[in-house]
Amino acid sequence: MESRLSRRPLKALALGLLLGLSAAAVPVQAANVFRFAFQGDIKSLDPYSLKESFTIGMHGAVYESLVTRDKNLKFAPQLAESWETPEPTRWRFHLRKDVTFHDGSPFTADDVIFSAARVRAPGSNFQTNVPGDAEFVKVDDHTVDMLLKKPNPIAIYQFSTWYIMSKAWAEKNGAVAPSPASATSPSYAALHENGTGPFVVTEHQPGVKTVFKKFSGYWGKVESNLDEAVFTTIGNDATRVAALLSGEVDWVDPVPLQDQQRVNASGTATVMAGPELRTIFLGMDQGRDELKDSTVKGKNPFKDARVREAFYLAIDEDTIAKRVMRGQATPSALLIAPTLYDRSGEFKRPASDAKRAKQLLTEAGYPDGFGLTMDCPNDRYVNDEPICQAVVSMLARIGVKVNLAAQPKAKYFAKVLAPSYDTSFYLVGWTPSSQDSHNILFEIAGCRKGDKSGRGGWNLGNYCNPKIDEIADRVESETDPKKRDAEIKEGFDTIQADWGYIPLHQQALAWGVSKKVTLVQRPDNMLMLYWVSKEP
Amino acid sequence: MLAFILRRALQSVAVLAVVGLIAFSMFRFAGDPVNQIVGADTPVAERAEVRRSLGLDDPTLVQFARYAGNVLRGNFGISYQFRQPVASLLAERMPATLELAFCATVFALSVGILMGVYCALRRETWLAKLFQAVSLVGVSLPTFLIGILLIFLFSVTLGWLPSYGRGDTVRLGWWTTGFLTGSGLKALILPAITLGLFQMTLIMRLVRAEMLEVLRTDYIRFARARGLTTRAVHFGHALKNTLVPVITIAGLQLGSVIAFSIITETVFQWPGMGLLFVQAVQNVDIPIMAAYLLLVAAIFVTINLVVDVLYTVVDPRLRLSVGKAA
Repeated sequence: MESRLSRRPLKALALGLLLGLSAAAVPVQAANVFRFAFQGDIKSLDPYSLKESFTIGMHGAVYESLVTRDKNLKFAPQLAESWETPEPTRWRFHLRKDVTFHDGSPFTADDVIFSAARVRAPGSNFQTNVPGDAEFVKVDDHTVDMLLKKPNPIAIYQFSTWYIMSKAWAEKNGAVAPSPASATSPSYAALHENGTGPFVVTEHQPGVKTVFKKFSGYWGKVESNLDEAVFTTIGNDATRVAALLSGEVDWVDPVPLQDQQRVNASGTATVMAGPELRTIFLGMDQGRDELKDSTVKGKNPFKDARVREAFYLAIDEDTIAKRVMRGQATPSALLIAPTLYDRSGEFKRPASDAKRAKQLLTEAGYPDGFGLTMDCPNDRYVNDEPICQAVVSMLARIGVKVNLAAQPKAKYFAKVLAPSYDTSFYLVGWTPSSQDSHNILFEIAGCRKGDKSGRGGWNLGNYCNPKIDEIADRVESETDPKKRDAEIKEGFDTIQADWGYIPLHQQALAWGVSKKVTLVQRPDNMLMLYWVSKEP
Repeated sequence: MLAFILRRALQSVAVLAVVGLIAFSMFRFAGDPVNQIVGADTPVAERAEVRRSLGLDDPTLVQFARYAGNVLRGNFGISYQFRQPVASLLAERMPATLELAFCATVFALSVGILMGVYCALRRETWLAKLFQAVSLVGVSLPTFLIGILLIFLFSVTLGWLPSYGRGDTVRLGWWTTGFLTGSGLKALILPAITLGLFQMTLIMRLVRAEMLEVLRTDYIRFARARGLTTRAVHFGHALKNTLVPVITIAGLQLGSVIAFSIITETVFQWPGMGLLFVQAVQNVDIPIMAAYLLLVAAIFVTINLVVDVLYTVVDPRLRLSVGKAA
């Protein structure tokens, strides 16, 4: 028995060696199969399990939302044909009547109401996508009302990633609640899907491979000409680029900065480098009375606005964008990407000025500078550690001695995030999940309360100006777009005047795309399969 | 004999327990799993709740005791990332790793022995010197570099072999195999060479040294004197006696081939247990890390146990001293 088992593979191996060496053929690809690779996994098929751009984009191929976002991130109808607000606190959604789930059952108002409850249940990672106080009421089989406690102009801003699940399917398979990380039994919805989208998942091996096939019963027209799409994780940068260059995959993300020229020179693939929504910025601890891990004892230099201004002016973002990021970054004056705020053009980043910075430090009482520790991730953002190293050397010019603590994201975030907020000076990147400025005023610039509201949750340095909180509250319920934009501008002006944060840049996306493929790159870094076409 | 095996088995269990405890005390240095589980904009209170529900607030010893209790009941827990049982995730990945380790070992043994014999018999030829030089490269170049060089040569430049993954696999019960498809076999070549190269050079050098040693012994001289053909002397007598230590080393190395496949699997995106472990470390997926470390410890312990037992079978002197001690 044993010998038979071991002999056959041997023979097969020998044969394979011969084949592999003699055939010398390029890997054969069937027509209209799109192969693509990302550095991370599709961890779960449950659309409420992990809020991470790539995963959400993949879920978007099989699941659909009431309201979606088009190629320019503008709202567009999907499962809801139309919607209106008869009263400021009542949103009415008219649902499509010709939609079926992949298992053949029809899509109705009950599924929307079920999904609204499931997405806000414990264990869901998308609880904030649907306003917590919203009540969903069925008007008829294809009409749903959302009742709010107070007017909310951005109530549906995150609906595009709130995917609708089938009530009957979830009940039948014990997937009524999203399974939390502490679950003791496996989750059915993590391995199976039943959406309404243009693709079905025919095979899903977590962390290895996921196969999408066209859904024959799809209600709409699909731009994509794909019959099949095969996803693989390729974690190693060099392997991922090699797979693209050898034509084994048609799309990879990301292409490391140092390989981009090679990809463009290859003749078979190009780098698509649009701006991303994420803004990279630096924060300073303005909360503690004594700065941690610093040479200054008994006080916190960052409480003095002149010191914060000095740091801001000492850092030469243009050089960072040009040298460290090799031009693949757009310097930013705001904590939000320009596409997400209409009046962002009115803001200018103060030019770097080391002389003035040094003078400010002297005025603040630190003529010889001081020492402190900077926290930095080294595997989270594009060239995150080199950015921090550049910042360290730029601050050295004004006498500030920075001890750089760069670590993997798992350790970094454990240190700087709640509850410890153990950092004096740090780098993070942020994309407002609502794609709206309110999120910045609330999460990043809001005073840290530590309460259930989550205000200031990512204000790691506890920058606090009560004026911002008042503005954020007004912005939240202001329904007139003009007035709202003016309020937001006041908020951003205040952050700037306080030197509350040091915005650096929006990094560029770096998709490697085969020349046979046409697709749409949205700044939210989501790959939408229904816009992907491939030359057969 | 039975007492000896029992005692060894008990020691093995103790080793496993210690490995588990050390692993658990290390996990908090890997970072905080909660931030990998929840989205960026999750409120503080909710993060705290997740942390509490995972039992991460408890002291290390309590966490370890709870884990050990579950393992004894055959429950290896649920992966934080995938929300699937760890045991089934590992079982799904195991065929990939074992097939790769098998091919790497076969490659290392066959090529290593051939090259070793050649180098011993034709010491002065330029080919033997080339083999020696190549083996030096194999020992000194790090695995990931070899892997990437092979990818760039055979996948990107020549386009002969795939650069990643396992190709198409065939499912036989719970086992998935790449041996039965063309793409599966092609996908095995580069990773197997990468993983086996170090063992190959080791075996080559071992065979060469042993063979030179054996060729100097009296019975070889007598064999020659008896007028046996060179072929019979070299392969019938010399090689056979050379192989005893080679097989011992290769057997012991099998454990490290499986354990060290981590790097090869990462470079080639080979969907085996090592890759699962690396991804788990990046995401602080404690249940997978713990189960993998225990599994690797178990493999080493088992191999050593088997070798110990085999020695007592092979070498009567050892059996005697064991018998006396017992």
